[in-house]
Amino acid sequence: MTTTTLAAPKEQSCQTLLASGHTACTGCGEALAAKLVLGAAGPNIIVTDATGCLEVFTTRFPQSSWEVPFIHSLFENSAAVASGVEVALKALGRQNEAKVIAQGGDGGTADIGLQALSGMLERGHDILYVCYDNEAYMNTGVQRSGLTPFDCMTTTSPCGELSWGNKHNKKDMPSIAAAHGIPYVATASVAFPKDIENKVKKALSITGPKYMQIHSPCPLGWRSNPQLTIKVAKLAVQTGLYPVFEMENGKVTKVRKITTPKTPVEEYLKIQGRFAHLFKSPKGKEEIQKIQEIADRNIEKYGLA
Amino acid sequence: MRLDLGAIAKAGTSKANQTGGWRNFKPIFHQKKCNSCDLCRIYCPEGCVTMIEKKKYTVDYAYCKGCGICAEECSSSDIEMVVEEK
Repeated sequence: MTTTTLAAPKEQSCQTLLASGHTACTGCGEALAAKLVLGAAGPNIIVTDATGCLEVFTTRFPQSSWEVPFIHSLFENSAAVASGVEVALKALGRQNEAKVIAQGGDGGTADIGLQALSGMLERGHDILYVCYDNEAYMNTGVQRSGLTPFDCMTTTSPCGELSWGNKHNKKDMPSIAAAHGIPYVATASVAFPKDIENKVKKALSITGPKYMQIHSPCPLGWRSNPQLTIKVAKLAVQTGLYPVFEMENGKVTKVRKITTPKTPVEEYLKIQGRFAHLFKSPKGKEEIQKIQEIADRNIEKYGLA
Repeated sequence: MRLDLGAIAKAGTSKANQTGGWRNFKPIFHQKKCNSCDLCRIYCPEGCVTMIEKKKYTVDYAYCKGCGICAEECSSSDIEMVVEEK
């Protein structure tokens, strides 16, 4: 039997492992996050991806932006496909040649792919699962997902006389992942690239299932200025709405502290069109107060201050 | 177009797709006040900013979509966005 080498070719003409020419929107946070994850993981990886923006904009057939082995199957089974890849590597005795990274958007992770992810975490595969959290189904036109934040306007949670947008709170995916008793869970934000790099490297050095969630602004769906992608991501962390932390064996071991005095959530909300309705009527103030309470709860829960 | 079994695409072939045509605003790297913080290169979602030498960065206009993140995040305000007329 002939075996092909799994390592990427030496003569890397590309600067990054995610080649230019992908069709992500201008200022896409997810493209940036994927670039940073691949850069940190290096060429000896095999990646799988759920259906979603990332898959669509990187693999416009017959082109591909991936400079590493990549496989996409369905929306729900990124984790299951990765499990198969990992087991195949083991069966061939080649598990030292490549690390396996499964990827998905927030919909493909928290809603549609949750059972496949849960199975992967339960079976204890040596895989890093990365969720690019842009807080809605952006690829199909901004429908709400399990990770859409409270009071956020999407096409399926519109704002109006009877609604302030999404009625439900953001699903606590990191805790759900950690509840499987896995060794490493982390959240990160595209605003802090060095942090992503460190976390990916740390995760890949640990054997067993790992879960990582990266906050990736979507200028199109969040109705924010593409130029402000990093600023929006930074404000989400600084206001406490997106706690950045590391969990090892179920315990929070490291958090990114926010600057004191804390930034009010208005700063984060007002630069995004998806929250613009909160500023249009006086009643919106009460809703903003509710969002501030969510941020305050996060600050207290994770000790961010 | 012929679809092979498994619909396999060759690695990195998206480079044939020059997305620079999408651009409305063009980043101009003045290369005067640059302090080599590297943020423009790190934050570029296209991965099209490269360092030629220290304190000298350049952008590949064939792929730059003109999002302006580099200009916004530049720590020494050395990058300017100008309207591109074609």
